[in-house]
Amino acid sequence: MKNNLCKIYSSPHIHSSETTSKIMLYVIISLIPAMIGSVYFFGFYVLKVIFVSIISCILSEFLFQILMRKDVRIYDGSAVVTGILFAFVLPPRIPLWIVAIGGFLAIFLVKELFGGIGFNIFNPALTARAILLASYPVEMTKFINVLDYRVDAITSPTPLFIMKEKISQSLPSLWQMFIGARSGCIGETSTILLLIGGIFLLLKRVITWHIPFSYILTVAILSLIFKQNMLYQIMSGGLIIGAFFMATDYVTSPITRKGKIIFGIGCGIITFLIRKWGSYPEGVCYSILFMNMLVPLINRYTLPKKFGSKK
Amino acid sequence: MFKGGIKLLDFKSLSKNEPIEEFEYPEKVIIPLSQHTGSPAKPVVKKGDYVVEGQIIGEITGFISSYIHSSVSGKVIDIIPWDLPTGRKSLSVIIESDGERKSIEKKERNWLALSSEEIIDIVRESGIVGLGGAAFPTHVKLTVPPGKKADFVIINGCECEPFLTCDYRILKECIDEVIEGIQIICKATNVKKAFIGIESNKIDLIPVLNNSIKNLKIYVEIEIKILPTKYPQGSEKHLIKSILNREVPSGGLPIDVGCIVFNVQTVLAIKRAVCNGIPLTERVLTCTGLVGTPKNLKVKIGTPISKILSYCNGELKYGRKLVTGGPMMGIQIYDLETPVIKGTTGLILLPEEDLPEEIQPCIRCGKCIEVCPMFLLPSEIGRYAEFGRFDKCENLNVFDCIECGCCSYICPAKRPLVDFIKCAKFKLRKK
Repeated sequence: MKNNLCKIYSSPHIHSSETTSKIMLYVIISLIPAMIGSVYFFGFYVLKVIFVSIISCILSEFLFQILMRKDVRIYDGSAVVTGILFAFVLPPRIPLWIVAIGGFLAIFLVKELFGGIGFNIFNPALTARAILLASYPVEMTKFINVLDYRVDAITSPTPLFIMKEKISQSLPSLWQMFIGARSGCIGETSTILLLIGGIFLLLKRVITWHIPFSYILTVAILSLIFKQNMLYQIMSGGLIIGAFFMATDYVTSPITRKGKIIFGIGCGIITFLIRKWGSYPEGVCYSILFMNMLVPLINRYTLPKKFGSKK
Repeated sequence: MFKGGIKLLDFKSLSKNEPIEEFEYPEKVIIPLSQHTGSPAKPVVKKGDYVVEGQIIGEITGFISSYIHSSVSGKVIDIIPWDLPTGRKSLSVIIESDGERKSIEKKERNWLALSSEEIIDIVRESGIVGLGGAAFPTHVKLTVPPGKKADFVIINGCECEPFLTCDYRILKECIDEVIEGIQIICKATNVKKAFIGIESNKIDLIPVLNNSIKNLKIYVEIEIKILPTKYPQGSEKHLIKSILNREVPSGGLPIDVGCIVFNVQTVLAIKRAVCNGIPLTERVLTCTGLVGTPKNLKVKIGTPISKILSYCNGELKYGRKLVTGGPMMGIQIYDLETPVIKGTTGLILLPEEDLPEEIQPCIRCGKCIEVCPMFLLPSEIGRYAEFGRFDKCENLNVFDCIECGCCSYICPAKRPLVDFIKCAKFKLRKK
């Protein structure tokens, strides 16, 4: 009595409910508070930016997979995550056509050309931003004052710029920094809203504490050593979004816990080096990209020792 | 406590409170001659022979091998290859029972009067193998190799696989016999101290165990260890790590760190063989999952699985799958006429899972590496195996994998990591 009712699977016969798309969904959910915040601070235009970015990412992925005759897997949500994160690191009044180019670069150039999900070596959103910053330096550095979005012309320097160039403009208060009422990129300004998302990801075990914690702590310690205002250093620029959402990207971060801590410390050091002595006011983007390059090396030296290898 | 591993829903309450029930005397049994690790037994009966319960029908063919006994009285109707639950085929003796339950003469013995060699001989002739699933011949384990010394005997009562409750029921119902069995093992291996390791979800056994130890005459020291409920706590290596903090060296055996580990049912089988002269012809298994009435059953070796399934009101229909052993390491059955063998710990009817048809790409979340109790890199091994680079798998210590299934379980991309690993091992061994 053979039965052909079911397929034969190998063990294990039970699986966790975790799936790739569920993880992506959690990341998207975790970004919603910051998204709402950004609309409040910078106006409805940022929604257009986010929307164009997501559409550009999904379309690029779809196009590539069709062109290369690969399985179309735009449904796993990873392109949406890239789209949102990319929009979050753009200035609030960025022209939409630049956003579209950036989304295309992030997916086509940085992700799919390297083999698609799980194979890219650089963070797609940050790499696209870095390319755009070099290509369109004026548009990419035009920041506006919060809650003044009805008057488009007013630009306002970011807190990091104020601190670095010591220009005569008052810094936003700590409270403003904390809730996000400061000039900066679309999604990076609100510490509290990003923390809510970050904690959600930690609770859902999508990310572990190792990278965000070691990254932020390193920046904090270096700020203390070099007599910078620690709280401003932590809450300004893209440190919070970088530490919780960018540096923790699975593919482009080390696989072991030890490696993750080394990665976080490295990101922290480079961020601080750029902020203090580099020519840019902000270093989060480049520090993460730089550490992305070192991931294979870190992995190599932090591999776990197999059970029973101790003498 | 060991690093890695996963917490699982245990589903043990389905059958936990069902007392062990004797399953009906089978009309026909299929007894494979290769139920154990090692070389298959050689048949010593012919077609048409009359055999009784406990009679030897397969003879040992090497040191790592085992005797096979008839589990019923009746006539041998055929000796043909048959599918095993393990997925392999083995020459099997098919016996039609006459229902008279005739048995060999059972010799009662006092184990205190027996020497170590005599005990090991009895265990070998009784065809006892590890009943926790791996079916490693027990007499081999009991024979401490020259130059090695056993410090401790460890009794594995963890039963870390979800669903299974047969070992729990054995400890609850036959504890006195188990305690006696432990002492027999200690005598055979010349060990003074034994541990019983149980997971914290079976904490209600503690008074039962303590009572038994208090009331019986005990010749060795027996200590009960409560271990955290974490899969794979019942893996030999991890059990030793948890109890003694000793790590079995890679490629080594528990005896390399002075331990010998036995499953509780094996201990019971040893006691019954040595004291009561009963060879291994039956075992207790758990039939559970989506069946109507989950049960713990004492089943004759060779009973077809279909009989047990229908007795427990289970039906294998569309959208379900039947697994022997636990859900983490068990093997899916495709033929219901497959017999119960010595290593069959359970029979579980599970819902078919909604797994992707095609292999999905690894997203490098690193969860498999975090849960791997052997500290390997399942994701990397999987990536290499997927593209046929088995040489790389070997460098990544694929042979240290115990195939516990934690990595496949946790993988968000649902990559069949254990399949990859098994495939790599197979290809490398063939080379």
